[in-house]
Amino acid sequence: MNTEVRQQHPHTPQKKQKKYNQRTRDRISGYLYISPFFLLFGVFGMFPLIFTAYLSFHRWNILGEREFIGLSNYIGLFTNDPLFWKAVGNTFSIWALSTIPQLFVALVLAFILNQAFLKGKSFFRLSIFMPNVTSIVAVAIVFSAIFGTQYGIINYALSLVGLDPINWKGSYFGTHVAISSMVMWRWVGYNTIIYLAGLQSISKDLYEAATIDGANKIQQFFYITIPMIRPIIIFTVLLSSIGGMQVFTEPLLFGVGSDSQGLTMTLYLYQEAFERFSFGYAAAIAWVLFLIIMIVSLINLIVTRRIKST
Amino acid sequence: MKEVGQKKLPKIFLYLFLIVSSLVSLFPFYWMFVIGSNSTTSVNQFPPAMIPGTQFFENARNVFERIDFFGSMLNSFIISGTVTLSVLFFCSLAGFAFAKLNFEGKNMLFVFLLATMMIPPQLGLIPSFMIISQLGWIDTLQAVIVPAMVSAFGVFWMRQYISSAIPDELLEAARMDGCSTFRTYWNIVLPTVKPGLATLGIVTFMNTWNDFLWPLVVLKDQSVHTIQIALRTLNDVFYTDYSMILAGTFMATVPILIVFLLFSRYFIAGLTEGAVKN
Repeated sequence: MNTEVRQQHPHTPQKKQKKYNQRTRDRISGYLYISPFFLLFGVFGMFPLIFTAYLSFHRWNILGEREFIGLSNYIGLFTNDPLFWKAVGNTFSIWALSTIPQLFVALVLAFILNQAFLKGKSFFRLSIFMPNVTSIVAVAIVFSAIFGTQYGIINYALSLVGLDPINWKGSYFGTHVAISSMVMWRWVGYNTIIYLAGLQSISKDLYEAATIDGANKIQQFFYITIPMIRPIIIFTVLLSSIGGMQVFTEPLLFGVGSDSQGLTMTLYLYQEAFERFSFGYAAAIAWVLFLIIMIVSLINLIVTRRIKST
Repeated sequence: MKEVGQKKLPKIFLYLFLIVSSLVSLFPFYWMFVIGSNSTTSVNQFPPAMIPGTQFFENARNVFERIDFFGSMLNSFIISGTVTLSVLFFCSLAGFAFAKLNFEGKNMLFVFLLATMMIPPQLGLIPSFMIISQLGWIDTLQAVIVPAMVSAFGVFWMRQYISSAIPDELLEAARMDGCSTFRTYWNIVLPTVKPGLATLGIVTFMNTWNDFLWPLVVLKDQSVHTIQIALRTLNDVFYTDYSMILAGTFMATVPILIVFLLFSRYFIAGLTEGAVKN
């Protein structure tokens, strides 16, 4: 922009010469400065992407020859691999169990934290956000202890109110709830902060006008707050959907259970590649995983656009 | 007057909700220490221990016997520190180029860079592993450092920051005085965008410190384990000794929490800025 403006000004020839040099130098430095990203992405981003596609048409483990088998990996994956579909089901179940309550709680927390009268705001904000900086590994280990079947604290709490202990590691329900709560615990604070930022950008006049018209807090929440921060809600739904499709560390450390009830898509990909060394098959899983993430993101966009237009 | 009475009750509920949420958030940190400071026998009982015990140092000693705790902490520090410095340098340099320099195809290249953020990291896992093993980098720290040395998010972040924080006039003035492009970047841009660098630095440090999947794949030998991988081995092999495991987890969590508490202002401010701009 600036160079164009400058060119239009009448300059002495000597100055013009200088500007031209500056432009060339800008161009060279520009390419030079952005090259580290593109070099690194080429090697560790682009090439692996293409090579994964190539691999997915082959049968190959670490020792044997690479053998071209066309679409066999994909056909096998779609028609003859119940374990993969189980992993897909588990991933979606864990995602729904963690994302929906997580975003709802975050929204309520942000709304409360945004109230003007509130004391100790920064303390609450910090303590709710703190789980997000902890490593997933630490979270998974602690939650494994909390959800312990024999001496876990949750089962103890259940016994206090007279309920039977739940076999957290042995049942579908138990494993999904335990893994979901790890995800939820770690991400509620993050989403709260994001929502809070959105809330703070809403003009106070809107609330004042509504108060004068006699709207109570709950009405204000549904008729002003939610519509105003809709773009941010969309952003968080999209992010947690993409994140939810990639859950890996939590089930790995919690244990997938005897019925593979904790097996997620990414964990299945990891096991195929680095435990069973069927790289070709794992590459096919990687691409199907990518496809699923794309479809989920697309559905997200379509649904939110629908909501937006009404 | 009636209004005051009406408002009082919900206020208590709001506080109650906040306090419960904070307790739920903080409890696992507390319980980490409770279990980590009790003996294994007092953990394996009903009701479970709820108050810190006196066995913390003994449990810690057990941790040091099982894994190279300080070695893996050092590895984590080396990796996270190097990655952070490198990301700050390369991303601000590229961000400066995208924000303030003119060259053909700039916009297209920037859109391309944004698009790369959509690719899930697992997709290229196997070939990346093969490259690293071809380079002979398995079980070396550079296997984790080099691929992370510059990030698309970082470039995007610094570009936004530099565009809004640095007026073109400032750069013009520097050029009039004969500054080279790199000197302009080094002496004018970098000092001006310190807050943006601080946020990016903390985010990068935390993410690298907590990274798990990639180090798990390329760092097999115990001598190069990061703290996350070391904790995992602790959990894997000695499954039942929760006192020891949680003592280790606690010791590994405290440093990162301290870093976070020191810089939380930048961190939270940076997060929200990024989100609202999106």
